[in-house]
Amino acid sequence: MAKQYETVIGLEVHVELATATKIFCGCSTKFGAAPNTHTCPVCTGMPGSLPVLNKKVVEYALALGMAANCEINRYCRFDRKNYFYPDNPQNYQISQLYLPICHDGHLEITTENGKKTIRIHEMHMEEDAGKLIHDEWEDCSLVDYNRSGVPLIEIVSEPDMRTAQEVIAYLEKLRMICQYLGISDCKLQEGSMRADVNLSVREVGSDRMGTRTEMKNLNSFKAITHAIEGERERQIELLEEGKEVIQETRRWDDNKESSHAMRSKEDAKDYRYFPDPDLQPMQIPTEWMEQIRSRQPEFQEERAARYEEQYGLPAYDASILTQTKHMADMFEQTADLCGNPKKAANWLMGEGLRLLKEKGMEAEDMDFTPKHLADLIQAVEGGKINQANAKKVFAKILEDDVEPLAYMEKEGLLMVSDSGAIEGAVDQVLAENPKTVEEFHSGKEKVLGFLVGQVMKKMRGKADPGMVNELLRKKL
Amino acid sequence: MEEILQMSALELSKQIRHGSVSVKEAVEACKKQIQTSEPQVHAYVSMDEKILAHRIKEVEEGIKSGRYTGPLAGVPIAVKDNICTRGQKTTCSSKMLENFVPTYDAQAVKQLEDAGMVILGKTNMDEFAMGSTTETSAFGVTRNPWNPEHVPGGSSGGSCAAVAAGEAVMALGSDTGGSIRQPSAYCGVTGLKPTYGRVSRYGLIAYASSLDQIGPIGKNVKDCAALFEIIAGHDSKDSTSADVPVESYDSLVSGGLSGMRIGIPKEYLAEGCDEEVKKALADAVHTLSKNGAVVEFFSLGMVDYVIPAYYIIACAEASSNLERFDGVKYGYRTPGATELHEMYKKSRAEGFGEEVKRRILLGSFVLSAGYYDAYYMKALRAKGLIKKEFDKAFQKYDCILAPASPTTAPKIGTSLSDPLQMYLSDIYTVAVNLAGLPAVSLPCGMDSRGLPIGMQLIGDCFQEKKILRAAAAYEQLRGEFPKAWAKEEK
Repeated sequence: MAKQYETVIGLEVHVELATATKIFCGCSTKFGAAPNTHTCPVCTGMPGSLPVLNKKVVEYALALGMAANCEINRYCRFDRKNYFYPDNPQNYQISQLYLPICHDGHLEITTENGKKTIRIHEMHMEEDAGKLIHDEWEDCSLVDYNRSGVPLIEIVSEPDMRTAQEVIAYLEKLRMICQYLGISDCKLQEGSMRADVNLSVREVGSDRMGTRTEMKNLNSFKAITHAIEGERERQIELLEEGKEVIQETRRWDDNKESSHAMRSKEDAKDYRYFPDPDLQPMQIPTEWMEQIRSRQPEFQEERAARYEEQYGLPAYDASILTQTKHMADMFEQTADLCGNPKKAANWLMGEGLRLLKEKGMEAEDMDFTPKHLADLIQAVEGGKINQANAKKVFAKILEDDVEPLAYMEKEGLLMVSDSGAIEGAVDQVLAENPKTVEEFHSGKEKVLGFLVGQVMKKMRGKADPGMVNELLRKKL
Repeated sequence: MEEILQMSALELSKQIRHGSVSVKEAVEACKKQIQTSEPQVHAYVSMDEKILAHRIKEVEEGIKSGRYTGPLAGVPIAVKDNICTRGQKTTCSSKMLENFVPTYDAQAVKQLEDAGMVILGKTNMDEFAMGSTTETSAFGVTRNPWNPEHVPGGSSGGSCAAVAAGEAVMALGSDTGGSIRQPSAYCGVTGLKPTYGRVSRYGLIAYASSLDQIGPIGKNVKDCAALFEIIAGHDSKDSTSADVPVESYDSLVSGGLSGMRIGIPKEYLAEGCDEEVKKALADAVHTLSKNGAVVEFFSLGMVDYVIPAYYIIACAEASSNLERFDGVKYGYRTPGATELHEMYKKSRAEGFGEEVKRRILLGSFVLSAGYYDAYYMKALRAKGLIKKEFDKAFQKYDCILAPASPTTAPKIGTSLSDPLQMYLSDIYTVAVNLAGLPAVSLPCGMDSRGLPIGMQLIGDCFQEKKILRAAAAYEQLRGEFPKAWAKEEK
């Protein structure tokens, strides 16, 4: 019988923090500026410049650590990781090795196999590097230091994951927590969340770890899933052939859907870590910890439970709506404004998610005034607009955040409650369909539906069907 | 002109502020002296006439308008070339930074400019402050104004020689392991290494970040106290800067010797210390104790560990601090490289001198995997214990008195061939940096060859007042120390 293998996965996740300024200087962290415009002597490594820690970074790291049930190193400091590369202006990165700010935490994930706890080894703060741009035409490389010094938190998990599904669930959980805390938008495509996958395989039942590889350059959940599957197969194949897995760093190529070795353990660098003498060790005061703890937001689980309780939503709805803090905030405001939580939930989960998916957008991109959706819901409930037209208005709200009543009026989407106009249409329909009228009189009451439909068509859907029914019966 | 050179910095500023001497005249006096002695001394690496002319005008107007009223307004000062000056070359006396022009001023420079001082030029030093003789400069040696066959000491040799030769009224130096105090002793001038954290390091091109400190060099103790008051103070741009108030220079130097308890580590006068240095120190002890101070010998522990701990820590930090000099962003880039790593290697091999490379290698070694605990961690522990030894001593004494160096200035060309011997000569100065203490070095005699002998008074952290008070009192009792430039003219 063929051997059964188990995949063992641990993750190193970098999360870019959404602070206004960089970790060691006052430069803006804003993405997309002209090259080297968000720079100063500190983040370009000019001689004589010195780093000064941005307190916000520590606050964010503490908040994340607390949310992930970590122990906090109340006495913590920064270390220098020394390596030469042009995107690294000092040729050392200020990071944390010896006393990382958080350690020994855990997160609970849910997959189709149920709940599972993933342990977190440590979290540390560090600075990002600049960006190298290779100019093939000029045969030279250019450096943009705008990103140099943007704050990062690296979250190192224990090797507790066994499947790609668990990995995705863990990343989603981490992303959700960061978003609820408002410390990062965690976008894999834009690099504000980056995951390196450490993977090894072993025979099922073995308690020894296999040799692991580290996979880099994974820019989407899809890439992560494919890379895990590919690497598992590659390693099993090696073992089956009686060969050894080499401990190495591999780079994922999204176009080729395969990975190649970057460097092996033998040429692993010696980073010569040592405490950064330019930054004093930090003693995190109790009051600060308490302050941060008291400011922790209501996270997804609590919020979902509250929605069931407070708004009477089904568990499924509550869970979907709270997947992102943004969606939950939109829901809550809309529900409170229109006084109809179930309808608010239906609109956001139904049309909302459908439209987002259609446009390839994320819940985070849903950006409109909740009052507008609330007004729309009230209009529908008040019979001012029919469902079909309301969907059109909602699409427009999602797109341009239009004021729904004004828009409905301008586009002529409001229900016609003027009985004269409806009466005209009824008369017309009756005149145009004498055969059907006859059928009705001969007892075929079912044809009334057809006649209603015809009237509605004439009214371009804007008539109150009840009123149409009533008028038809009267005239027949 | 000669009259101006005779004045202390405080006296000169007073005359300038009263209008009896102009800023231009003060600068001209220094420039005349530069013309006379610079060909022999070579204290400066660069002077920018245009910037200087502009600054003279600015300060003259500033004094007239009442913008500059401080005690050193109008005084010409030389600045060590590892302290960044915006728009003016700052080379660290290295080929690596031969054409480097900073885009910003060091905080200390900003403070002395805000006080209305006039920067004359940038002074020579051991490359990246690594050396004790100013012979490792890529731009030629500086010679001792007392005797051009001898070194001025280092690494702030250019700054100390400039003051000794009358080529500047005062100077800024930096002290990582004695780099202000030892050349001050060799050149017969006064230099203060402040408590670690007193003066912002922002803009000081780092050698060893946990030990570096900028300090004043002058003709006497009071001048140094006045410059110290100007450059000291908390700076939010330097995380290691201390938020401890600084007293005015007048109060820093007043109080006299009466009741002061001064200890001398007997380990410092054991083998290795020159007899003439010992004799000068003994004379100083006699003067101090005759005038109200209680001076006694005591045993200071950990003395044998000071040199190894210092060189491990300093080189480790230096190896990392100097990584940024890679030919990518600024500074020297080799013309002969076709790919990245070749460019790194060649740029650094060609841009750095021998001593710098030696210390980078030493530092890289002690930080490398497998050696970190055995060397660096152990050195840090030794540093902690050395500090404790001083803490103990300061429970008993107000100041510690010690030679600034075991010998007077050696002859040029005799030190670099034996780096280990050169490192060992830092024995009396490096412990002060490891413990973060303040210490002032001032002349206390002459050897038989006519070279100055210096002594240092070491104080507890942030107790500059105690050492400056004792130093000022001693200075008064000692009397006017001869001037190198005056001697030359005879």
